[in-house]
Amino acid sequence: MSADVVVIGAGTVGAALAYGLAIRGARVLLLDGGDRDFRAATANFGLIWSQGKGMDMPAYQQLTRDSADQWPSFCAEIEGATGLDLQYERRGGLTLCLGEAEFEARRTKMLRLQSQSGRQQADWEMVERGRLERLLPKLNLGPEVTGASYGQRDGHANPLRLLTALHLAVVQKGGKIRSRSWVRSIRGEAGGGVTLQCGDERIAAGRVVIAAGLGSKALAAEVGLDLPIRPQRGQVLVTERVESLLPLPLHAIRQTGEGTIMIGATHEEAGLDSSTTTRAAAGLSARAIRWIPALSALTLVRQWAGLRIMTPDSYPIYAQSQSCPGAFVATCHSGVTLAPTHAHLLAESVLAGRLPASLDAFHQRRFDVPQAA
Amino acid sequence: MFRKLHDLKSEALTILIDGVAAPADPGESVAAVLLRQPEPWSRRTPASGSKRAPYCMMGVCFDCLAEVDGVASVQTCMRPVRDGMSVVRQVGARSVRK
Repeated sequence: MSADVVVIGAGTVGAALAYGLAIRGARVLLLDGGDRDFRAATANFGLIWSQGKGMDMPAYQQLTRDSADQWPSFCAEIEGATGLDLQYERRGGLTLCLGEAEFEARRTKMLRLQSQSGRQQADWEMVERGRLERLLPKLNLGPEVTGASYGQRDGHANPLRLLTALHLAVVQKGGKIRSRSWVRSIRGEAGGGVTLQCGDERIAAGRVVIAAGLGSKALAAEVGLDLPIRPQRGQVLVTERVESLLPLPLHAIRQTGEGTIMIGATHEEAGLDSSTTTRAAAGLSARAIRWIPALSALTLVRQWAGLRIMTPDSYPIYAQSQSCPGAFVATCHSGVTLAPTHAHLLAESVLAGRLPASLDAFHQRRFDVPQAA
Repeated sequence: MFRKLHDLKSEALTILIDGVAAPADPGESVAAVLLRQPEPWSRRTPASGSKRAPYCMMGVCFDCLAEVDGVASVQTCMRPVRDGMSVVRQVGARSVRK
């Protein structure tokens, strides 16, 4: 078996990348794991979000903003190729604040982010309660709600449809997807290229991209990259279908195309445990009701948990191995927002054999500097 | 569709289904009364709009949802009747009070 590029991991990151490689004419092999593997892609909340992201990392602000801006054309491209509706909407997004202190803290954070970005023009604004009520006319807000930050670039989509569509598009463009294909080793070849051991099979490839989520740590070690990633659990609740209530998504409550309301998400250090807890259901519900009391009347129909792939500074890692040129790593926990970036900028860079300067800040080496005590 | 094996007891109650009076026995479920009506359905789904009637009668399938005394999405198979109770068949995605 051989391929121009092997992508290890068929989650949202790997699938977007494989799609981008396939439309550029590369022979792509996308290797997926098994049903019981941890799959952040199928637990995703579905926000396409840039507001509030990227503190102390202007390069990430830029990346996430660019990606959010590419979503309309990316979505049209994927929908056109597959005929699937990704339920993408871009009407901006709101981060609600409880109490004056939270409102002022939010404003301070957004101003600080803007000053770090070096941008003159704001793509966000603080919205006082009166205007917020007009933005959400079908809801009574809780008495503690003082206002919100509004991000004009934000939106949401159905992450499961995105994943399905990407897989479909990869195959349509001539790529191959194989499931239950766990890679055991990666070796660089003297004449260039890499050899993978996948089960009993050897696969020769020009390049390999490790996008295997939490499984990336062991694979990256094969090519001399030490990935400081850890699981961070996120639990999400979903209600029964209801009439249209939310014209735009909140961080983190959104109404899906089917009418259910998703309420997310926890940030828990729980190791490799993707089970759900009553405590989280109670906590998420209590917070949601402080924002929107009417939600208390709704029936919850499901709760799930996923494990985010978290780095020490929470930002993505894009890197090429020095000991094994042609081997790349791509990992993040915003695979939906960043999907257009992975399909285009990253795919282009992998084929070119070098990551662009705009991705320098995301190299794993930023974590190698010893921390001062 | 369904009928009772016995005549309704003398102390029979009356509930309103979409405003129409329907006799009921004390202790029976709202879903049981719905199933005796000429139109035995309880709701139309928000997904396809097709009709659904009480099915499992034990609180599992959620097909018997209806609005009971102003509360939407009540599992009518789990709710005993009460004299004067108002049941409204639920059509499409439920509404939410402000």
